[in-house]
Amino acid sequence: MHPDVAAAPVLELPLRPPAHRVDRRAVTWWRLRATAGLLVPVVAECVLLVVFGATWTVALLVVTVVVGAAYAVVVPPWLYGISRWEVTDRAVYTLHGWLVREWRIAPISRVQTVDTQRGPLQQLLGLTDVTVTTASARGAVRIRGLAADDAAELARVLTRTTQATPGDAT
Amino acid sequence: MTRDWHRLDPRMLVVGPVKNLLQLLPFALVVLLTGRSGDLTQVWMALGGAAVVVLAGVLRWRTTRYRITDERVELHTGLLRRERRSVPRDRIRTVDLTASPLHRVFGLSVVRVGSASGASALDRSAQLDLDAVRTGEAERLRRVLLDRASVGTTPEERPGVEIARLDWRWLRFAPLTFSSLAGIGAVAGAAINLLFEAGVDPRDIGVVDDAARRVAAAPLWVGIGLAGVLVLVVAVIGSTALFAERWSGYRLTREADGSLRVRHGLLTTRSLSVSDERLRGTEVTEPLLLRAGRGAQVRALSTGLREGGSGAIAPPAPRAQAHRVAAAALHADPADVTLTALRRHPRAARRRRFTRAALPAAALVVAAWVIDLRLGVPVGFASLLLLPLAAWLAVDRYGGLGHALTARHLVTRIGGLRRRTVALQRDGVIGWTFRQSVFQRRAGVVTAQAVTAAGRGGYVVLDVAADDAVALADAVTPTLLTPFLPAERHSGPADRHPSGAGARPVG
Repeated sequence: MHPDVAAAPVLELPLRPPAHRVDRRAVTWWRLRATAGLLVPVVAECVLLVVFGATWTVALLVVTVVVGAAYAVVVPPWLYGISRWEVTDRAVYTLHGWLVREWRIAPISRVQTVDTQRGPLQQLLGLTDVTVTTASARGAVRIRGLAADDAAELARVLTRTTQATPGDAT
Repeated sequence: MTRDWHRLDPRMLVVGPVKNLLQLLPFALVVLLTGRSGDLTQVWMALGGAAVVVLAGVLRWRTTRYRITDERVELHTGLLRRERRSVPRDRIRTVDLTASPLHRVFGLSVVRVGSASGASALDRSAQLDLDAVRTGEAERLRRVLLDRASVGTTPEERPGVEIARLDWRWLRFAPLTFSSLAGIGAVAGAAINLLFEAGVDPRDIGVVDDAARRVAAAPLWVGIGLAGVLVLVVAVIGSTALFAERWSGYRLTREADGSLRVRHGLLTTRSLSVSDERLRGTEVTEPLLLRAGRGAQVRALSTGLREGGSGAIAPPAPRAQAHRVAAAALHADPADVTLTALRRHPRAARRRRFTRAALPAAALVVAAWVIDLRLGVPVGFASLLLLPLAAWLAVDRYGGLGHALTARHLVTRIGGLRRRTVALQRDGVIGWTFRQSVFQRRAGVVTAQAVTAAGRGGYVVLDVAADDAVALADAVTPTLLTPFLPAERHSGPADRHPSGAGARPVG
């Protein structure tokens, strides 16, 4: 057993974070998405306010807006600080999430498809997600919020690498 | 036999429409029964419906063709909506032969080919059904497809080696399986539905009505008790009948080509073959009731087998027998796979089981007391029973938790209400996912998930110490994590997870 391990219990996962950050514009993207998500409850509560007009509906609306705004201000930069990705010639490796962090590692040799996706907000900002799928239903690795050019280049490189690797790994 | 296109068996011209007509029978009955006497429209409608069904069956047979070449299995169906399926033969993982009573009368079997899916593992195109061909031909196709033999040849039929067969004493486990209970619910629901659709009110039946009156006159607890006993009796009878139908004639064999074959079924006969080189592991499941009865179930983990029932390679059976089958399927000794000594998870894992069981229970108790005090319904004290129950669940869940790394397998056990022990081949692991919530981070544990193409797609090692999780993953997939380990750990985490020597508790 390693003496250093025995001395102090390791709380965090002893893996170094992936090398690259996602694109800076991802912060804006997450903010816009949070704001858009906030619209639904706000509209619903405005209806409540008009219908009932009671104090509790006002309180509800205020709380929702404050919590939502706090989320939109605080969480995206935090998420940006955590989200990282890396592609070596052997593996795809990502880290994502703020309350629940998720590390995903997939070997290049087991990659079956490489897809890119862009939602409407992402198109506006010139961002793209790259999804790397393996033979497993649960093994997909998603790199969120890359600059469109970088994503296209990455997808091209990954596709070339995986085509060079035989086997389907099932 | 050549590489040409074939039609399905012509007897499907009868079987297909008859099957559809049987499905339409309740509807037809309703139409006929609700019709006023002397009104022929109803009869014409029923006849018209039948004609459409027959015509559809003929069209389906006419437009369906299949072909097996040296590389692929291809199936073309449909007239208006053409569908073309094609499965590369080197991707075939399982072959499933099913014959319903109707098929059996005509000597036919449905051949279902399960394959490693392409892009999305949930894609339906991963499966291909030939419904149906002659039973002898189905049997031949099974051997050709699994043996990867050339199409023209007929692989010689050699007897397999028997691993297990049915012991009727296992029937005692039938009432202990939840799936059977659910089945009873479905049957009862369907029966009641049918009665109502046919315009029969159960209350019109004299005996039922009479009984209902007597029960209504008795005190409430008698009624509840009677209903409980009735449900229990129906469930026991029904689940026993289902077990007998499903598992009668059960035999598990290792075929000459190495594939694992399980045969069972009384009315509907089923035969599932799993290619040996694609079998990624086995899973021993112990739902709470079954566990209380010292029984367990076994499933094979392979690509081509979808979640939900398929893949069972033994009926509910005594636990030792289940582990024996799980091991035999993997060419291993039970002590090296599902029965191996497991490493316990850290104390934090136990604490987390308690918190996670206690919080919902506490919320329910609070709610019960609010109802008790505000509304005067006396549920407050009764709800306190939830707390010891939650504690017991937590202890039980933690007791089951564990993992081990043996010579060829990663073994992990999880769950209380539905305890699962999975032995997954190391070679079958194609990636890792680690999840750590804020609370897990404070407790220094993570949930590691070994990603695989087979079965559920990923199997978790719950709440394991953070460094153990990485050491485990590194030992299972030796080169994958190396570049991502912090520098000082490069020296060799393998000594923390002895590979090959079974699970030795460390520390």
